[in-house]
Amino acid sequence: MEKRGLSHVLLAGFFALFVLFLYGPTITIALLSFQGPAGNLTFPMRGLSLHWFENLFQTQMVGDFAGSLSRTLILAVAVMLLTVVISLLAGLAFRRRFRGATVLFYLTVASLIVPSILISLGIGLMFSVLGISPTWWGSALGAHLTWTLPFGVLIMFAVFNRFDRSLEEAARDLGASPWQSFRHVVLPLIAPSLIGVALFGFSLSYDEFARSSMTAGSDNTLPLEIYGMTTNVTTPVLYALGTMTTGFSFAVIIACLALVLTLRRNRSS
Amino acid sequence: MSSTTSPIARRMNRRAIVPHLLATPLWLVLGVFLLVPIVMIVLVSFLDYNNDGLIYSFVLDNYRDMLGSAVLWKTFFATLRFAVLVWVFTLAIGFTVAYFLAFHVRTQLWQMTLFQVCAIPFLTSNIIRMISWIPTLGRNGLLNQALQGAGITSQPLEWLLFSDFAVVLAFVHLYTLFMVVPIFNTMMRIDRSLVEAARDAGASSLAVLTNVIIPLSLPGIAIGTIFVVTLVMGDFVTVRMMGGGQSASMGLMMSNSIGLLQYPTAAAQAMVLLVTVLLMVAAILRVVDIRKEL
Repeated sequence: MEKRGLSHVLLAGFFALFVLFLYGPTITIALLSFQGPAGNLTFPMRGLSLHWFENLFQTQMVGDFAGSLSRTLILAVAVMLLTVVISLLAGLAFRRRFRGATVLFYLTVASLIVPSILISLGIGLMFSVLGISPTWWGSALGAHLTWTLPFGVLIMFAVFNRFDRSLEEAARDLGASPWQSFRHVVLPLIAPSLIGVALFGFSLSYDEFARSSMTAGSDNTLPLEIYGMTTNVTTPVLYALGTMTTGFSFAVIIACLALVLTLRRNRSS
Repeated sequence: MSSTTSPIARRMNRRAIVPHLLATPLWLVLGVFLLVPIVMIVLVSFLDYNNDGLIYSFVLDNYRDMLGSAVLWKTFFATLRFAVLVWVFTLAIGFTVAYFLAFHVRTQLWQMTLFQVCAIPFLTSNIIRMISWIPTLGRNGLLNQALQGAGITSQPLEWLLFSDFAVVLAFVHLYTLFMVVPIFNTMMRIDRSLVEAARDAGASSLAVLTNVIIPLSLPGIAIGTIFVVTLVMGDFVTVRMMGGGQSASMGLMMSNSIGLLQYPTAAAQAMVLLVTVLLMVAAILRVVDIRKEL
């Protein structure tokens, strides 16, 4: 680490190129979405306006934008809350040995590696055999949980692996009940990780396409709507929608990071 | 029984139930939305069907038709090819990025900040990240403008956007961070004194890399590989959007069967995909115990 020669410069350059590769395309569509009404899908920019963002809210341009957006937000919040609660409970369960723990652990890992389209097909088939129509708030909710829960459970698993049990023992020695030691010792310490799990739950659901494709029923979620647009919309309104969605994701991420930093600062002061 | 057990034993029993109760919601969700659906796929893959829908009789026709079809095997190997290509690129890029972050960035604050920069795109929409290649790769896109401006090509290259090239590029764009994150994690846990000791013993930077860092990073590489390979093997969205009808994959084939309401065919194709993915993951898990890596 002390030698900072040619290899360091090359690696730093490589890293910079990687960041450009990651964010460059997103920046190009953000720029192009602010074009004038004569704008096109490629550069050069033709004028500067909010025309395409205004277009977003006209129903004829983007199917049912407001409806699909509100469904997606409600679904994402529900998935987030369920992911946090179920992951936390499972994380607490895995702190002790219990019958079936290993099976449950590998089932969680399996949930991560079974391709999304299989989950989608399987849940679609299950609902049709049962004679229930799939809905975004029923079957799609379950489908999303199979993707968000593994992340949540594995994060909690890692958190509790590193957790210093002597803190809880100290609380118990001082006469705290199990609930009190959880509420006043464990919970504050794992709060930042829980915010991380919430962020995963919300974002992964908000952007999910494959698992919604056969499970959302007749009402589209936003990613399904966007996917539909890619086949028949050839104006920058597509970019405006992309820019808004990505901007919203960034806002959520920044809010979560800020919250974690505030929690840390409060604890250390 | 209960009358003879002591209060302490009863309390022990009650405590033993607690983890089961805590784990019940997870069991329920994974049981209903993962296990049962997979069992459904297995069952439906043995059912017959006609234009009206499923026929509840046990047949092997779906497998016989599928395994005897040249299209299936062509698609299967095309999917494997995508997986291998994407694996090679994401590993090379992901390892280099993780190595830079873990061993060349000095302060922890910068390390974590740059790490977040790499990880954040995971929390944004894949579909929009694919769409965002249009201004760069399109017929009149930046790349074609640059190539023509520099006099390298006289006509726009048509294969930049809708082709296998575009599919692989999009996969690498979407999934490299699945390599960066686990490899960075394992690298951060490598004891720095091992690296120092190797240097003191006269090892060159390259020797340190190949004899110390790469072997100790293998668990992270294995986890990244599991993510990348399973995501690529099961994909249908990227191949459809970036391939523009020119590319094929198992997932896309399944998705087309579903579109035609040929559920038993789709289910049989799903079984081939599932078995392949599980075999690949089982092979990788022989190398690494993931419970130890968490």
